[in-house]
Amino acid sequence: MVEICIIYDKLRFEERALYDKAIKKNLNAQLIDAKNLILSTSSRKSDLQFGGILLQRTVSYFRGLYLTSCLEFLGYKVINNFNVGEICGNKLVTSLHLAKHHIPTPETGFAFSAEGARKMLNKMGYPAVLKPLIGSWGRGVFPIRDEETANILVETREENGNALSRIYYIQEMVERPPRDVRCIVVDDNVITAIYRYSPGNEWRTNVAMGGKAEKATITNELEDIVLRAARSVGGGILGVDLMEDRSRGLLVHEINNTVEFRGAQDVSEVDIADAILDYAIKIAKS
Amino acid sequence: MKIECKDCGAEINAPDDAVVGEILTCPDCGADFEIASKTEERVELKPAESIGEDWGQ
Repeated sequence: MVEICIIYDKLRFEERALYDKAIKKNLNAQLIDAKNLILSTSSRKSDLQFGGILLQRTVSYFRGLYLTSCLEFLGYKVINNFNVGEICGNKLVTSLHLAKHHIPTPETGFAFSAEGARKMLNKMGYPAVLKPLIGSWGRGVFPIRDEETANILVETREENGNALSRIYYIQEMVERPPRDVRCIVVDDNVITAIYRYSPGNEWRTNVAMGGKAEKATITNELEDIVLRAARSVGGGILGVDLMEDRSRGLLVHEINNTVEFRGAQDVSEVDIADAILDYAIKIAKS
Repeated sequence: MKIECKDCGAEINAPDDAVVGEILTCPDCGADFEIASKTEERVELKPAESIGEDWGQ
């Protein structure tokens, strides 16, 4: 029997759905709280009874990333692996990978000081979007419509104690309908796609911000760009987010490493947890 | 199963199928707790972590 371990730090809908489905599939599944683990350079794989495959599902990006590093050191197979997590967890690194592989993506500038950020904003023009390198759910994503707002936001970022807040990720404001597209990729297949609509008083489309989900058709064009994007970051289980630019068409703007799928599951006939587990079983047996 | 909220003393209901790690919210004060352990007779809660800058998907 395949032994599967779901690593979490906060049990969300997704981790519970994966666990319940694993039990239904007669898998030997266990939920492991990442917060309780301690490891060292002397640790051995046999010290932990984690089975053949681990699904990394922590809500804390750094906790999951560095724990994955330790588990891979011990010889465990982890989905997604450290390299994929490192790329997808950081918007700057993701953008570089997308651009390197010629995946259509919004024009994005990077700056490494307050002066650089202002220079980049003046070069790109307004409106623009300032995003944090790390983080999700639209938190810290701000539209900048003029120089005055830019100065306020840059000053706020400079005063923040977090060193990463002084690395600037500035993106063009894409002219799009009030929705984006979320595709869930498992094992080089786009298993489902949804539109996420901005709530009435909000321009961000994140379901966490109250955005509403609606099933989207997986066209050949969408499938092609999404799979190329997923491959560019190393593949696995991913949430690929796209915007529909009015003139350029689909642009990939983000790839999520521990994809949340509650909104997608509500409107999709595909059993997402089941597809993820089938992929995990395949990797465990490989 | 009913558990007393550690913050305000109100009753929090833990569904029978709740598992360790799940988050329960106090219906009165809104405080979040994580199920630390669970047996047939007893559910232990601990304060849930607050949202970190790196939280997400």
